[in-house]
Amino acid sequence: MTTTAFPRRTYLNHEFGIKSWLLTKDHKRIGLMYLVLVTLAFMLGGIFAAGVRAELTTPAGDLWSSDTYNKLFTMHGIMMVFFVLIPAVPAILGNFVLPLMIGAKDVAFPKINLISWYIFLIGMIVTVGAMVVGGVDTGWTFYVPYSTQASNTNVMATGIGVFITGFSSILTGVNFMVTVHRMRAPGMTWFRLPLLVWALYATSLVQILGTPVIAITVFMLALERGLGFGIFDPTLGGDPVLFQHLFWFYSHPAVYIMILPPMGVISEVIACFSRKSVFGYSFVAFSSLAIAVFGFVVWAHHLFVAGISPYSAMVFSFLSFAVAIPSAVKTFNWTATMYKGAIWWKSPMFYVFGFMGLFLVGGLTGLFLASLGLDVHLHDTYFVVAHFHYIMVGGAIMGFFAGLHYYWPKITGRMYNDTLGKTSAVLIFVGFNLTFFPQFILGYLGMPRRYHAYPPEFQVFNVLSSAGASVLAIGYLLPFLYFTYSIFKGQAAGNNPWGATGLEWTTQSPPLPENFPDQPVVTEEAYDYSKREIKVA
Amino acid sequence: MLSSIPIFPAQASTFAADVDKLYFLILAVTSFFAIAVVIFVAVFAIKYQDHEGTQVGAPIHGSIPLELAWSFIPFVISIGIFAYATVVYFELVRPPAETLQIYSTGKRWMWRFQHINGRAEINELHVPKGRAVKITFTSEDVLHDIYIPAFRVKADAIPGRYSEIWFEPSKLGDFHLFCAEYCGTKHSGMIGRVVVMEPRDYQAWLSGSDGQPLAVRGQQLFQQLACVTCHLNDGTGRGPSLAGVYGSKVELANGTGVTADDGYIRESILTPQMKLVSGFQPVMPTFQGLVNEEGVMSLIEYIKSLPAPAAPAAPAPAATAPAARPAQR
Repeated sequence: MTTTAFPRRTYLNHEFGIKSWLLTKDHKRIGLMYLVLVTLAFMLGGIFAAGVRAELTTPAGDLWSSDTYNKLFTMHGIMMVFFVLIPAVPAILGNFVLPLMIGAKDVAFPKINLISWYIFLIGMIVTVGAMVVGGVDTGWTFYVPYSTQASNTNVMATGIGVFITGFSSILTGVNFMVTVHRMRAPGMTWFRLPLLVWALYATSLVQILGTPVIAITVFMLALERGLGFGIFDPTLGGDPVLFQHLFWFYSHPAVYIMILPPMGVISEVIACFSRKSVFGYSFVAFSSLAIAVFGFVVWAHHLFVAGISPYSAMVFSFLSFAVAIPSAVKTFNWTATMYKGAIWWKSPMFYVFGFMGLFLVGGLTGLFLASLGLDVHLHDTYFVVAHFHYIMVGGAIMGFFAGLHYYWPKITGRMYNDTLGKTSAVLIFVGFNLTFFPQFILGYLGMPRRYHAYPPEFQVFNVLSSAGASVLAIGYLLPFLYFTYSIFKGQAAGNNPWGATGLEWTTQSPPLPENFPDQPVVTEEAYDYSKREIKVA
Repeated sequence: MLSSIPIFPAQASTFAADVDKLYFLILAVTSFFAIAVVIFVAVFAIKYQDHEGTQVGAPIHGSIPLELAWSFIPFVISIGIFAYATVVYFELVRPPAETLQIYSTGKRWMWRFQHINGRAEINELHVPKGRAVKITFTSEDVLHDIYIPAFRVKADAIPGRYSEIWFEPSKLGDFHLFCAEYCGTKHSGMIGRVVVMEPRDYQAWLSGSDGQPLAVRGQQLFQQLACVTCHLNDGTGRGPSLAGVYGSKVELANGTGVTADDGYIRESILTPQMKLVSGFQPVMPTFQGLVNEEGVMSLIEYIKSLPAPAAPAAPAPAATAPAARPAQR
């Protein structure tokens, strides 16, 4: 194996000092700055989750007080949803690779990109600050009238934090959308775009259209809690169910903000490590758009037992089944991509295998919940908890890790230990299933979510789940260690250690501050492996 | 030891088995797809493994027939599941004509169940086996949710409106009752048990109470709150006569109509101007704060108990029994 030399001038070393980071307009540096914040949020959210799982090892609520427990699961949800899942792939990986993938120097609005990061930072400081001074206990869903009338925790401060953070998401969405429209390299037609770009584009659409609704909803909640407006309070002529409609009008599409970009990552990684073009490129691309659009019309499936009319429940049930189809199409296409490929078993591909297994379970259990007659029983039980963790952790975080392992050599210019990478993928997969599979059983048995104490017959599955969570924690800690190690001691990666197609792999690793020495020109479709001679590091 | 750990909930209502059948059907269908995909991925990953990473895959770009097949087939299967699940759902939300009525209110952190004959209980619900039971309930503060896993029923208790569940217990015994909508500090303590009894035991249990029947209490309230001064039974009062009104169609001043169900009566007591009956002046004051949720429920029960006036022309359809027709929503 030949040793590759490090490039001399890179985006990492062309200027130094804290100021060169805090005032940077370089999308790559901003991506890394998001990585720092999201990692912190992930650790914080993980600690809260550990608190929840530790409590649930025994049926009695004996480790924390009920109020503390309620704050723990609330803050776990808020950190993970707003500060990890939503920004993970778009703000970290998207920021880093989107301009590289389309052959651009930067995003369309570099200053706005930096502003987005600061907005995110401020939102995070406010939210974490609210947690430090006492926390919040409404559940991440902020349901009224509990959040407006009953809770005496920091609902307002947390709401303001979430409100602020939303603008970061909107601005990033606008930025990406304009970037994809205006900054593509010559020859990079829409149907030559890598599928991650399609996924990020579809996600931007959801971010731009959906996020304002949560901002308005949180604002109305503040009006009612702070100033006594009667929007949701029935004694003032309001309607508590209205809040749920508004909340889920954003928060269901938000699920697609979380899962679409990782789906894009999966397409990239699976193509690269199968050495083939993605099967049914245009179907995969359009399924992203279909999911983004259909995702807006299924929100009321969160309200099947909240007193909506049976006929509207029927319509939303049908639409929820319909939105499952594009996801199924993607899964079949990924599987078919591997057919007659040349499959190279490297770390990123291990995360893809993990993603496939977990996303399948997560997606298919969604059908159980979309089924009206069954959802009545399963709603608000651990079945739902298990389902959305399979999608969000099993799908979104696994996809994010696939992307992180895939792009790490590009980001840092160095390789990490592949064996450790695979080991942690296996640990995460095993730990994850051990944690969340028992929760499906608990859910069908009828254990409601957000329970501090529970009947003793549910203990065995809860203990299994908590045991799995510790395996999962090790699986997540390991990458933190070997990635950190690789920054200092890792082998030079070279431009294209995976032998991948795509413009991002044609430039040096780490890339130049201006990404490419010359304006790249695209002459071939995405994932054109067939004509290639592949050299790998 | 292991046998004492349940992995499947008891089937204690008539539709528990229907819900479980649906569950196993979906489980079978989804397991088939999950296992198929996992097998394909595993076989491809092993069969086409390239240790060096230097080979290229076959130049396959896609197949329209395959894409159509795997879009269309899952879609058809989905529609099948959707249709079946919706049929089961309508069974769950449509109570039969004859039900045993029980009222309930939830508040942090307890459930109160009120039987028509006057017996009330906290965090316990006694019901007879083999009879359709309907619970009409609301919340006095935040959202709650009545959930009885063994019956496979659940519905949110929403302040400001009535929710309804019904079930027919099919098995004697004690079953969990959970609050399934997060409601603050002692959410996980807002639990209780449902006791399914033989009908005669239930009757004996019911009579072990000195509480007055709900309709009687409603009648007293009707006097105390002076409802009686306007709502005269002969229709000559300032308000409409309430005799036989329960379950009937009421014509409103704004030209629309409404069925006089529990929800409408509650609304008329608390916000009388909202849906004014045609031909009457908006003179009724609100009784918000003067009557609590339990009071409203006893008033409803009293109104239900009023026999329809012997109409000479129109034959009143079976509105004489106190157990009136179910609310139609």
